[in-house]
Amino acid sequence: MSEQKDSDLEIKLQQRIKEVLGKSLHIRHVDSGSCNACDFEMNALSNPIYDIQRFGVDFVPSPRHADMLLVTGGVTRHLEEAVRKTYNAAANPKIVLAVGTCACGGGMAGQTYAGNGGVDKILPVAVYIPGCPPRPQALLEGILRALDQYEDRGESNES
Amino acid sequence: MLKNKKLFLTRIKQQLGEKILSFTIRQPNETEIVVKKDQLAEVCRFLCQEKEGRLFTMVGSDEREFAGSFVLYYVFSFDETQQFITVKTMTPEEDSTFPSLAAEFPALNWYEREVKDLLGLRPQGHPDLRPLILHGDWPEEIHPLRKEFDVSQNAPRVKSRESFMQYEGDEVTEIPVGPIHAGIIEPGHFRFGAVGDTVLYLDARLFFTHRGLEKASEGMPLSKALFLAERICGVCALSHAVSFAQAVEAAAAVEIPLRAKYLRTLFLELERLYNHIGDVGNICAGFGFAVGVSQGTILREELLMLNERIAGHRYLRGIVDLGGVRFDIAHPDYADILSTLNKIEIGFTELVDILLSHDIAVDRMSKTGILTLKQANDLEVVGVAARASGRNIDIRRDQPYAAYDKVSFTVPVYTEGDVLARIRVRIDEVFQSISIIRQIFIQMPTGDVSVGLPPISPYARGMGWVESSKGETVHWLMTGPNETVERYRVRSATYSNWPAVALAVPGNIVPDFPLINKSFELCYACCDR
Ligand code: SF4
Repeated sequence: MSEQKDSDLEIKLQQRIKEVLGKSLHIRHVDSGSCNACDFEMNALSNPIYDIQRFGVDFVPSPRHADMLLVTGGVTRHLEEAVRKTYNAAANPKIVLAVGTCACGGGMAGQTYAGNGGVDKILPVAVYIPGCPPRPQALLEGILRALDQYEDRGESNES
Repeated sequence: MLKNKKLFLTRIKQQLGEKILSFTIRQPNETEIVVKKDQLAEVCRFLCQEKEGRLFTMVGSDEREFAGSFVLYYVFSFDETQQFITVKTMTPEEDSTFPSLAAEFPALNWYEREVKDLLGLRPQGHPDLRPLILHGDWPEEIHPLRKEFDVSQNAPRVKSRESFMQYEGDEVTEIPVGPIHAGIIEPGHFRFGAVGDTVLYLDARLFFTHRGLEKASEGMPLSKALFLAERICGVCALSHAVSFAQAVEAAAAVEIPLRAKYLRTLFLELERLYNHIGDVGNICAGFGFAVGVSQGTILREELLMLNERIAGHRYLRGIVDLGGVRFDIAHPDYADILSTLNKIEIGFTELVDILLSHDIAVDRMSKTGILTLKQANDLEVVGVAARASGRNIDIRRDQPYAAYDKVSFTVPVYTEGDVLARIRVRIDEVFQSISIIRQIFIQMPTGDVSVGLPPISPYARGMGWVESSKGETVHWLMTGPNETVERYRVRSATYSNWPAVALAVPGNIVPDFPLINKSFELCYACCDR
């Protein structure tokens, strides 16, 4: 494979992670009832082609280690409790991103007896990343925006 | 062949004689037998045991409004004569029970529980009546697939009726895992009963991602429901879209243009390729074989990028149209596909060579997670898992659709039933897929890529099926008034195969569970709907 140059988006991401967190960014994924394509795109970020780890981003196995929750799916009835528990287990400050059309507003399934029709029905959502599924680049863009909000919150927490 | 089919059906009709109420050839490949409930077991037994039919799907449907009762459809596939026989039986509202056949046909276990949860019909004599699709805190008397239930209706949470296998004695440790897992994977809850490191029993609680999609589709225009079908699962998106379109086309009795058939075949094989290659890499993650994981994800990503260049979507959504496909492809695309596949073929061969010549890797996979042929047959296991256990079925060959009767390919079958056999089936199939795609470019005629659909009458039925990368996926459809969905039942490969995972795990050590699980590579989204 030929060596790829980092895109502007990637360079900016790396800078902002340093500025805002002063350390690496830890993300926890939560599947709240997705079709799995959103999740596979998130997975793709760690493959050797996107290799998001080289910008200081880590997908962590426990919400207790996470700065950020990336939630896919519109929160099914059967996962509601698990989603709440995961959110509560993450340390403050924490920030939630709704990943994909289902997470943003229910998508094709909508609100049914079995699903809430969006993450913000259950958790406070800071950034919405539309797409079905959002491409890996859109995920990076969404994470960047979330960092801005994270920074604002950090400041207000201090004051 | 045609004569054979006729003879086959006439014999069945004669042999069943008085036991059935009616015998109708509905379509060239589908016959319907109507029976009274008390003859159900005998007729199904006859079709399976004496005629070698295999259960294809089972559907419960609320037809009280226009037919005066609930209806159950048991569809059997007869691969030899390429026929389907549907056994239909009715149950009125006053007597909302039906005889359970699950003790005799274990494959029916889930279907019957699903009918109980969603329609409120009780399978009498069922060995395990725990809730399945709806979890234990759903009120027992509310059934979402009954027509009077509104799709957005919310039900209160009641005291949970969930229960798991109980153990006696101090030796057994219970290990609960999930539903949220440590990696980026789909949700399910597993309970291992283990003695030391060895799994004694695996109990699984699934259907966490149940989104009510079948109910949501009811009343939807068929053209819109296609988009819903594509979103049942991400990595099987195209398989679902094609299955649904085929079901609609069957209900409309429409034949799609030959070029559209080839294009569907092309994209279906591209879907299989990125999945199989990704899965081979992923299985390597089950024993920490990093080079395999990385190579697998690189090749998979290159295929996803190809999908985007050719079809505009990495997961191949938006390609299928009712009556064909939405767009044609041209020569620059042909060249792009063929040259990408040449590269993939080289890269994948390298990956396979490294993997299969690595003693430790092979040792971890061989004799791990064995599923026997008997188990696979009893549970009507499909797809890669079936072929790795000596069950020689592949719906592309056995009941051809799209252009599969025009291309030649072999169906790899292994008999060991372990992780190694399942990875080998995928490896062989990758090379077969590449060969199929090359044949397509030599054979594909020019012409239209879609036809308009004629008006479809209400309560017409159609079935579509695809051998997805996971296995056979079946869509059963009944249309409603004004070209809408009346009832839509999706039976994915995972639905047929999950119960087999629970049989393949006991006797193995707990740390091998991820490896065994990955070797089946099931999609929860497909299963849970
Ligand atoms: S937004 Fe699309 S890709 Fe993501 S979970 Fe929903 S249906 Fe799947």
